[in-house]
Amino acid sequence: MSRLNIVNATKAQETVDELYQDLERRVEGSQPGLCPVDLAATFLNLCHAQSCGKCTPCRVGLGQLEKLIKKVLDGTGTDQTLHEIEKTAKSIYTSADCAIGSEAARMVLKGILGFRDDYEAHIKYGRCKGIRRQPVPCEYQCPAHVDIPGYIALVHEGRYQDACDLIRKDNPFPCVCGLICEHPCEMRCRRTMVDDAINIRGIKRFAVEHEGEIRMPKMFPKTGKKVSIVGGGPSGLTAAYYLSIMGHDVTVYEQRDKLGGMLRYGIPSYRLPREQLDAEIENLKRTGFKTVTNFSVGKDATLDEIRWRSDAVYLAIGAHTDRKIGIEGEDAEGVISAVEMLRGIGDGIIPDYTGLDVVVVGGGNVAMDVARSAVRCGAKSVKIAYRRRKIDMTALAEEVDGAVADGCEIVELNAPVRIEKTEDGKVAALWTQPQTVGEVKWGRPTPVKAGVPEMRLACNLVLVAIGQSIDSADFAEEGVPLKRDRINANDACDVTELEGVFSGGDCVSGPATVIKAIAGGKVAAANIDEFLGFDHEIKCDIEMPKIHFEDHVPCGRVNMRERPAYERIHDFCLMEQGMTEEEAHQESGRCLHCDHFGYGNFRGGRETQWSAQQ
Amino acid sequence: MVSATIDNIKIEVPENTTILDAAKKIGVRIPTLCYWKDLNDIGACRVCLVEVEGYDRLLTACNNVVEEGMVIRTDSRRAKRARKNNVQLILSQHKDECPTCVRSGNCSLQTLANTMNLEDSPFEKELPAIEKSDASFPLIRDYTKCIKCLRCIQVCDKIQHVNVWDVVNSGGNSTVDVADYYTLKESDCALCGQCITHCPVGALVERDDTEVALHAIYDENKTVVVQIAPAIRTAWGEPFGMNAEEATIERLASCLKRIGVDYVFDTNFTADLTIMEEANEFLERVKDRSASRFPMFTSCCPGWVRFIKSHYPEYVDNLSSAKSPQQMFGAVAKSYYAEILGKDPKDIFVVSIMPCLAKKHECAIPAMNDACGDPDVDVSLTTREVDRLIRMAHIDPKLLEDTPLDMPLGVGSGAGNIFGATGGVMEAALRTAYFAVTGKNPDPDAFKDVRGMDGWKEVSFDLAGTTLRIAVVNGLGNADNLLKALKHREVMYDFVEVMACPGGCVGGGGQPIHDGYSMKQERADVLYTQDKNSNLRFSHENPSIKAIYEDYLGEPLSEKSEHLLHTDHHAWKMPNED
Repeated sequence: MSRLNIVNATKAQETVDELYQDLERRVEGSQPGLCPVDLAATFLNLCHAQSCGKCTPCRVGLGQLEKLIKKVLDGTGTDQTLHEIEKTAKSIYTSADCAIGSEAARMVLKGILGFRDDYEAHIKYGRCKGIRRQPVPCEYQCPAHVDIPGYIALVHEGRYQDACDLIRKDNPFPCVCGLICEHPCEMRCRRTMVDDAINIRGIKRFAVEHEGEIRMPKMFPKTGKKVSIVGGGPSGLTAAYYLSIMGHDVTVYEQRDKLGGMLRYGIPSYRLPREQLDAEIENLKRTGFKTVTNFSVGKDATLDEIRWRSDAVYLAIGAHTDRKIGIEGEDAEGVISAVEMLRGIGDGIIPDYTGLDVVVVGGGNVAMDVARSAVRCGAKSVKIAYRRRKIDMTALAEEVDGAVADGCEIVELNAPVRIEKTEDGKVAALWTQPQTVGEVKWGRPTPVKAGVPEMRLACNLVLVAIGQSIDSADFAEEGVPLKRDRINANDACDVTELEGVFSGGDCVSGPATVIKAIAGGKVAAANIDEFLGFDHEIKCDIEMPKIHFEDHVPCGRVNMRERPAYERIHDFCLMEQGMTEEEAHQESGRCLHCDHFGYGNFRGGRETQWSAQQ
Repeated sequence: MVSATIDNIKIEVPENTTILDAAKKIGVRIPTLCYWKDLNDIGACRVCLVEVEGYDRLLTACNNVVEEGMVIRTDSRRAKRARKNNVQLILSQHKDECPTCVRSGNCSLQTLANTMNLEDSPFEKELPAIEKSDASFPLIRDYTKCIKCLRCIQVCDKIQHVNVWDVVNSGGNSTVDVADYYTLKESDCALCGQCITHCPVGALVERDDTEVALHAIYDENKTVVVQIAPAIRTAWGEPFGMNAEEATIERLASCLKRIGVDYVFDTNFTADLTIMEEANEFLERVKDRSASRFPMFTSCCPGWVRFIKSHYPEYVDNLSSAKSPQQMFGAVAKSYYAEILGKDPKDIFVVSIMPCLAKKHECAIPAMNDACGDPDVDVSLTTREVDRLIRMAHIDPKLLEDTPLDMPLGVGSGAGNIFGATGGVMEAALRTAYFAVTGKNPDPDAFKDVRGMDGWKEVSFDLAGTTLRIAVVNGLGNADNLLKALKHREVMYDFVEVMACPGGCVGGGGQPIHDGYSMKQERADVLYTQDKNSNLRFSHENPSIKAIYEDYLGEPLSEKSEHLLHTDHHAWKMPNED
């Protein structure tokens, strides 16, 4: 017998490893609308199978715990059962010898806190709380509830103009979203269970690029009602577009020189070219709303005056104020906020950073935008200082990777402590305190001061991208209710304290995504229309292609490609490359059509008209 | 046209023909279970599977269409195995205690398992812990029998717009249950019973009240009086394989007498009485338009009354105050007829035979006690329950002679007869209203435009110089559409007839069940033929009607008539009615 052996995986082990991957994809593709108590029991079942079997709480306890939850599920449980579940889970958590048992019990306890009402409904009524809709995942995940399976089917048939018409029924910014949407629609794509999520944003972009002439939507007769919209960003313009289609007389007030809000003043043109943004806004304006730029409501006119002039008002002022780090030396010349820098670029003023060393502070998408813009402005070096780990950055992973590819250096686990000035008050360096990764709090590991000396990052410019706040003080003075600096509106975008005033987008949610802002504008449009006494139905009457039965043969996802870094860093031209027709056809053919198969042909098929989602 | 091959036979079918329909053309009946044409083609049961060349997975025949060049095998080993497996899986969650199931012998799952030659199943039984819904409500759901075909949800949503049912829970615990509330009693259920007639198994049933009726029959102190609704005579013989000529109301009377009831009467009589009251009420309303609400709605369908009370309470006062024929009969039986018999009305037990579940609720409304303080109608049985009574008595209705109905409440006109079909109440009312206004009888078929199975019919008639705008709707979905249109002032009528069930009572929720098919048209044809062949076609000419007014009630809308034959629709509330 030999002293040592090389351990080779058995066929069974290899298969199990593959199954783990299948399961990971399956969890990722988990559908919205499932019973949380059932899932808790199911997760527990998996945890139990992971038990080595040595210790009592895990070997026996997890099984008993699952049986108790099953009792709740089949309607035979009582309040006592729930008490037993809680008691047993706590006991397993505190007495299991290793994480297999204690973490399984912790998951159960989390559920009892998170969806106790659902446990209680099962106990009291023998079923879930309320009705669980089983919506089409992509459509449901999209805040604007765009008819995604519908337009994917149209793209597959080569009907790009129809596809764009269908998108505009719910989202008037298909071009913008085709380029920069965060695509939450892809998050629960059922195709993930087979291989990978559909590249929905890429398909949308392709449709827009091949649309040709943009058709005008069907306009409703004039109503004679006046609606004022404060803020010409994505949310305000969306509301303006739909309300104009509905026949209302709409005026948009924008405090800056140009329309677009954060699309123009927050997103650099290498991600969203200005010509395309301008063209999209021009198209929206064809519906006939008026625009007044360089006009600040709250300063050039009071909100009361605007209300007096209109039958309804939509406040969509966004989140455009920068936040300060609050460290010594922040007043130095050369400390610039992200908002300020991107606003200048938005107005077409490209600064010259040639030969300068730049440090960006922050870890979100805006920090990446600023860093990558700095590279394009000719900076000699760009460092991104972040107090947590790179992996903890809130920016999309692809944005972080893109910044690195553009030549930015990530200085992780370094918290800014002060800015060193030159004698004439200019930035000389950013001093940081190295950190160690520590305990998880609120879902993210917190940085803890490391026992090493401070670090000096010599630089000429510090770009601060640590979040934005909302310039809402003027409105508060006129009675608009606030929650911290956010406007307090309900889910219907209604500011209930002020009759006829609605609000949505970033100024209500805090800095969020373009598609959420668009959704706010759409919700506001529908509810303003109703407030004005109408029930206009935004529809798109195009004949849909027939959906054909297909086998699910696994096929790779067509990812978006970017222009090579060595080329793209020298200009502000569009960085991402679109799909070819061949790729768009293949990618759209991967759609499983959850609107037609599964629950879709019973309930929750395509959303053919605006309706409240649950 | 597209051409394809099914089981090696070349066929040509129009575009968009389902594989199921195409196979029928070559004599292949692909088994189905959840499927109901144009209502439920969602492929939930996965029983109608077929193999199509070029595909790894099997296709459902009910909702996939034949495409050019398809090579389809309905008899492949793979398809048959999968079908069998799915039926076995369905059976594993179905309480198959067939001998004690009300649907035994008329159950699609039972038939399917039989035709597949299933002997046993490899799967362990897995039945829900909660077995049945509240047994005191006229509609009962058996969770242990539901096969989740989802037809009940579809018919309640799409045809009736009542939305009582929905899928609750997810995963393996998914089942059908009441949508917005937790029990049927709290829900807006109209008790139309369409979910029962669309259920392929015994998961949805009416509350069985046969024992209540038998108890009275065996009680020697009780005089048991039966009334038979118009639509019963078109349908009761179906489960016995009898045609309409054999399964007459007189034959049913023979069966009931054998079972032991004392008197058998015809609800057509009180249908005629309803016409006398309702037609006169309508003419009163027309006389003083400003004081009355228009349109006037018929009130003889309790499913409709339940619907309007829970969905459009602001229109309740538009309902005619006339009681339904069932309730008029009970009130007359325990007053006028009790006097004729010289009996204490409290010793009279009224059984009604109705194609309906809502009638079970109606007769139990506390305010329906105008004759003597007891309920006017003691128990209401569906057509299916009376068929069960016949089977329980071990009599062969085919071999019995006909027995004439008893007098005087056994006479009904052809006008009363057509109450059982959509448009019938309106037509009968117009015949009598015409007479009341002009003093002359119209041609009895003058108003035949209101007949037919269209969901929403509109007609205008000239009644002695006044144009009457009439609408007739059947199916609560159509009623909902009409009320919406009324609310939005898109339409305006003077008189509207509503029947909750598609086709009217002939398609009633208490009628015999034929899976996948409604017999409403055939049954309605029977009623209209009987009306045509009747020598009594006007309610006001019914001699018994004349007699009851002369001897007892005085005239329509008299104080006595109001007391016995009319009701206050606000005297009771639906669960969610303010």
